[in-house]
Amino acid sequence: MRHSSSFTWARAGLAAAALAGFALAAPIAASAASSLTIESWRNDDLDIWMDKIIPAFNKSYPDIKVVFAPMPPADYNAGLNTKLAGGTAGDLITCRPFDASLELFKRGSLASLNGLEGLDSFSNVAKSAWQTDDGATTFCLPMASVIHGFIYNKEIFSELGLSVPKTIDQFNAALATIKAKSKYTPIALGTSDQWESATMGFQNIGPNFWKGEDGRQALIKGTQKYTDAAYIKTWEQIAAWGPFMGKGFKAQKYPDTQNLFSLGRAAIYPAGSWDISTFNKQADFKFGAFPPPLPAGQSECYISDHTDIGLGINKASKNMAAAKTFLNWMATAEFAELYANALPGFFPLGKHKVKLDDPVAQQFVDWRGTCKSTIRNSYQILSRGTPNLENDLWNVSAQVLNGTLSPQQAAAKAQAGLNAWYKPHQ
Amino acid sequence: MTRRFPLHIVVFLAPAVVIYTVFMIYPLLDSIRLSFYSLDETGLPYFDGFKNYFTLFNDPNWSGAFWNAFWNNIILFAIHMLVQNPIGLLLAACLSLPVLKGRHIYRTAIFLPTMLSVVIIGFIWQLILSPLWGVAETLMDFVGLAGFFGPWLGEKGTALVTVSLISVWQFVGIPMMLIYAALLSIPEDLTEAATIDGARHWQVFWRIKLPLILPTLGIVSILTFVANFNAFDLIYAIKGGLAGPDFATDIMGTFFYRTFFGFQLQLGSTTMGATVATIMFVIILVGVLIFFFGVQRRLLRHQL
Repeated sequence: MRHSSSFTWARAGLAAAALAGFALAAPIAASAASSLTIESWRNDDLDIWMDKIIPAFNKSYPDIKVVFAPMPPADYNAGLNTKLAGGTAGDLITCRPFDASLELFKRGSLASLNGLEGLDSFSNVAKSAWQTDDGATTFCLPMASVIHGFIYNKEIFSELGLSVPKTIDQFNAALATIKAKSKYTPIALGTSDQWESATMGFQNIGPNFWKGEDGRQALIKGTQKYTDAAYIKTWEQIAAWGPFMGKGFKAQKYPDTQNLFSLGRAAIYPAGSWDISTFNKQADFKFGAFPPPLPAGQSECYISDHTDIGLGINKASKNMAAAKTFLNWMATAEFAELYANALPGFFPLGKHKVKLDDPVAQQFVDWRGTCKSTIRNSYQILSRGTPNLENDLWNVSAQVLNGTLSPQQAAAKAQAGLNAWYKPHQ
Repeated sequence: MTRRFPLHIVVFLAPAVVIYTVFMIYPLLDSIRLSFYSLDETGLPYFDGFKNYFTLFNDPNWSGAFWNAFWNNIILFAIHMLVQNPIGLLLAACLSLPVLKGRHIYRTAIFLPTMLSVVIIGFIWQLILSPLWGVAETLMDFVGLAGFFGPWLGEKGTALVTVSLISVWQFVGIPMMLIYAALLSIPEDLTEAATIDGARHWQVFWRIKLPLILPTLGIVSILTFVANFNAFDLIYAIKGGLAGPDFATDIMGTFFYRTFFGFQLQLGSTTMGATVATIMFVIILVGVLIFFFGVQRRLLRHQL
């Protein structure tokens, strides 16, 4: 009796599942000429894609059904590889910058995008994150970058009568004034997580010293070394921040740093533009932004406008034409405007001029007009070997701030790491 | 008539053997096999002999990180042996005192952190010790010790010890429980006889109880050793995968994590990761063998 009843239940379940499957499958097969699935790690952006981006795309291309299927950031690389290996990955693949995606291209998982007209709206710096080393083949369309600079508390600045510093001397003078005249922490930065020391410190202010792309390319060619004056000066400048950082900054983590600023207890915050949305939500004071201050006597300015997200096509996709249509649409001003306003702090990389509603995000993106853009100098090619250059830069930059390494020792360590494996530096 | 094949033995052994083989022995052997391979440009594995091991021990860029992680791991283990297990023994001895009231409350309270997630433990202790918002400095100020407070989790000299002590705080309940159980199993006749013979409390503990629970202390040591050399989560939760400052808190687990899964721009290497995992297995195996043949078998076992 018990057996026969469970058997009936199983059959009923199967039948129901089959029916449900049929009901789900039918409308897709009937209505859409082709359907695209996007793999992504940006699960935070699910609403934006479903409510804004995909409907806007479907206004122009109603025949192409698009599904945004993100997974948690930490699972993405492993999850995507598994899906690609099993042949179940979506048609469009969100690309991490540089080597992670290059490896996917080399393994034949990403299609070449050469000849795609949408690529013409992007600069070479923007495309460099998703190209083969010789620059001959591009395999992802640049989607967004993050820009580095400094966010400051406008109320503290007006309370202390400070103006926005343009040169390093003015910057250091401002730090000294804040420390002497108030209880506020002059500069919000911690070294416990290490990455901020390199990313918000070294890579933020450095481009002004190593002249942006010139220095970055020279490092890759081997004509400049980390022991050159430009790099040592960058670390010297960071070392000078030490006395102006929060109490116990060595045990201060990234969320601590964000809280220190958004609670109004710190005046200056070395920032990545993605912090804007955090502060929009949390800070109840007015804040603004300024680009990395210039060394004495220099008029050319450089910013780190770092390529962060791209979109490529799965080589095994059956909807190649639709996928290319989607990428070309992503290269338009319409997408750029939509995306930039939906996610203040993530800036589209195209050549179109974009109008942003967020005033601070607009400040960041305006620097593109006055300063030259570059990307973090350890990301392309140089972080391929052992020891890993990016890990080394985190380590030594945090130690320079902690005062356990001098700028010269930091430079020597980073350079020794490159010497160990990188031919142009041997 | 010949005896029937003892089929029931096979049937009873099968579940354990099958599950253990599929989920433990096979993956272990396969990862050892993987450590003898390298990947070519297209990601296909090819046999490479002992090259990965040679790189790990001879290339200063690998061996430096490896030995640093190894010694840090030894320190982590030493702190657990010197702090966690003696405190566990002390607590167990206190709990087994007949005069103690409310032992259930103490026992539960001390065992509770063991059951919490390391992420929560890491978060709570970072908040307590935070120089910005933490309560530690205020508490030290009450007893006039505020001058000794520092950002302990961020200093190169103190970070590893601090993380180790947090781990001790979390796991002290386990040795306590094991030793407590062993103490309870000592028959009262023995202690009573000793008392009648004129032994005092202290003498009863050292002369009667401690020798009887030595095998349990041995088991506690070996569990501590295995757990410490497999540790990863607390360091990762507090200091991240790069285990700073300057790799001061890097242990075998975090070193393996970076090698196998990669970190930020460092791409993971399954074959090199398998090599590190195999070495971790060898370290634990050698430690356990030394212990079993060198220590545990020589211990006198008293028949109760």
